[in-house]
Amino acid sequence: MALLQISEPGQSAAPHQHKLAVGIDLGTTNSLVATVRSGMSSVLIDDNGHALLPSVVRYLEDGYVEVGYEAQAAQSIDPANTIISAKRFMGRSLAEIDVSTQPYHFVETPSSSEKMVQIQTRSGVKSAVEISAEILKSLKKRAEKSLGGDLVGAVITVPAYFDEAQRQATKDAARLAGLNVLRLLNEPTAAAVAYGLDNGVEGTYVIYDLGGGTFDVSILKLSRGVFEVLSTNGDSALGGDDFDRRIFCWVLEQSNCKPLNVNDTRLILTKAREAKEWLTDHANAQITSVLSTGEVIDLTLSAKKFNELTQTLVVKTLNPTKKALRDAGLTINDIKGVVMVGGATRMPQIRLAVADFFKQTPLTNLDPDKLVALGAAIQANTLAGNKSDADLLLLDVIPLSLGLETMGGLVEKVIPRNSTLPIARAQEFTTFKDGQTAMSIHVLQGERELVTDCRSLAKFELRGIPPMVAGSARIRVTFTVDADGLLSVSAREMTTNIEANVVVKPSYGLSEEQILIMLQSSFVAAKTDKQARALAEAKVEATSLILAIEAALQQDSALLTPSESEAILASLTSLQSLSNGQDSHAIHQATEALNAVTETFAAKRMDASVSHALTGKDVAKLDL
Amino acid sequence: MSALNNGISDNHSYFELFGLSPQFNLDLAKLETNYRSIQSASHPDRFVTALLSEKLRSMQTATLANEAYQALKNPAHRAKYLLALQGIEVAAETNTAMPADFLMQQMEWREAIDDAKQSKNIDALDALLAEMQQEARSLQATLIDLIDVKKNLPLAVDATRKLIFIDKVCVDINKIIEHLDA
Repeated sequence: MALLQISEPGQSAAPHQHKLAVGIDLGTTNSLVATVRSGMSSVLIDDNGHALLPSVVRYLEDGYVEVGYEAQAAQSIDPANTIISAKRFMGRSLAEIDVSTQPYHFVETPSSSEKMVQIQTRSGVKSAVEISAEILKSLKKRAEKSLGGDLVGAVITVPAYFDEAQRQATKDAARLAGLNVLRLLNEPTAAAVAYGLDNGVEGTYVIYDLGGGTFDVSILKLSRGVFEVLSTNGDSALGGDDFDRRIFCWVLEQSNCKPLNVNDTRLILTKAREAKEWLTDHANAQITSVLSTGEVIDLTLSAKKFNELTQTLVVKTLNPTKKALRDAGLTINDIKGVVMVGGATRMPQIRLAVADFFKQTPLTNLDPDKLVALGAAIQANTLAGNKSDADLLLLDVIPLSLGLETMGGLVEKVIPRNSTLPIARAQEFTTFKDGQTAMSIHVLQGERELVTDCRSLAKFELRGIPPMVAGSARIRVTFTVDADGLLSVSAREMTTNIEANVVVKPSYGLSEEQILIMLQSSFVAAKTDKQARALAEAKVEATSLILAIEAALQQDSALLTPSESEAILASLTSLQSLSNGQDSHAIHQATEALNAVTETFAAKRMDASVSHALTGKDVAKLDL
Repeated sequence: MSALNNGISDNHSYFELFGLSPQFNLDLAKLETNYRSIQSASHPDRFVTALLSEKLRSMQTATLANEAYQALKNPAHRAKYLLALQGIEVAAETNTAMPADFLMQQMEWREAIDDAKQSKNIDALDALLAEMQQEARSLQATLIDLIDVKKNLPLAVDATRKLIFIDKVCVDINKIIEHLDA
């Protein structure tokens, strides 16, 4: 972490230096990193001039890891240790994925249906989170080299239709890579920002985002720097990969060859991808290959045949599109433009189907591979505090409804899909039996009515309910979903005030201990003095708090009563002197105390800025 | 209803939050503009590098603004909320008693929906949706009169319950269409 600069007390407390922040598009097939420099967003390239980093990770001997083109080149010769499309495994169990065409050695244990997919490599067992972390590390390194400094943080994009488990897994991967996540941003929203700002457009737009492994469709209202998502829908297991697989199956069928070994499978899948890309600009593609058995494959795939093979996949994207329109209460006549995002939207049959559905030519004037990363970079720049005119505002939604299990295996929805974030909702439940003292709460995500058809997010128990007649206890469960789309749940028995607080760690996620172990083992210097680390971290935290409070005081000290102001200054002075010392625990406590003593101040500042926003008048100044 | 406390949410109605007078006939354009202004000032994106106390406050205010916006934007919710401010709970979930003519109307709608569902007739469902929306609009006109002009709250409660019922049926129809469409 970079050392923070501290100004003389009384002088400008918030140094206006440019903070290094990036946007990362962590894609199924390719990943990118972008940043904003001198007001312009641009994708950062590697030493060879490549903007894209293939999302391929190869585990070699002695713990060495290859990421990107090198790894991609080895996928046919070392398929079991070369992981592609790891994003498809994020937050998913073995039971949920199609393993038939995968060359990996999946770890199967009695409990593996309840755990995230794990792959046995020559470097040991790896989860999708660890594999994704390697990609993120590589992009982080590229960014730090290119920008010449440590990153303050990153905005990482996720498919809008990612559920809680997949989002949490992405955040865990970033943490493993040593990235400070400023925000998880939905891919179509990021693309809308890049497109909208670049073209200066206003109105209602559809973002049609078909990536390597995921499909999202979002409808946004763009108006004076506010990007309001009206609805989103999609399929988190549908993408360009599936088009490759259709070609792959056709090749097997045509050539009548025996079941392929893993190396040949990879080889033909690669050929299939090349044929798909070729057919974007050509009428026919030649697929030729010599298998390890000596069999020769030599086929011609016409664009017409390719369209036929993939027709059902194309249709699969239109159903979510219809749903999104319905949820937004709109018809195609309300749509001003359809922005195409993701490499797979280069396929002519996709463009035709979209044009046909919306009765207008889709917008393809910006590079569909880069829009998401560019938009993420713009948001990262704003969040890091680099942009002085805070005009950009993204109002996003939760893609899937959240609910609780009730009697009979039914799901009671608590937060409906497409609710604007952040959101909190409370729901009251009661006991079923006389004298019941515990209640288990099962949180689910999805649109279906039966528990078995929804995704289980977490189960927890509320104990110590006083024995009462059935139906008289009042248990209030509050769901809070933050701006990252991540959920926390708390439950309280209203007559006794017994509370259970739960951080929803999805059943499929990693536990806090697992992450800590991974983090520790990833530090090269394993013997880093824990205490020195703790002290350094406490000091950094204290310093940034002191800076923030000094800045707040300079702006708004008029809002405080003399006694409030005195209390804050006393805490501030105490923290300032402690932070020069060596006692990390004392610094930490003083930091918490200072945070606590500023609560009223924070409330007053918020009230003032809200009424200022509404009336254009500055309440703080009016009071003087 | 709100899980929030202190500051803005204390003793302030949703209308006051948006600087609007409490009436059914609401200036929706102004509601939207003011909602966006409040989000611009309070959204967590503005406080990524701020004090912990400010982050919490931002989360609470932005959440409240979303809750309030949804409650006022939807006519049925708005009517229910206005009546709640007057100390009247509409309680549409438990009290389902309706006038006889509306009950008849309900049964006709339900039958028509079932028929269309059985015959997988999406056009018929769309037509029913349009009919319900027409009915909703006329109820809204009635509510402007009952709440804002005549201040006849008992009749307003009846009209609000009808509107809530229609909302629910529209949701059901949309679900059926979605199901048939897939």
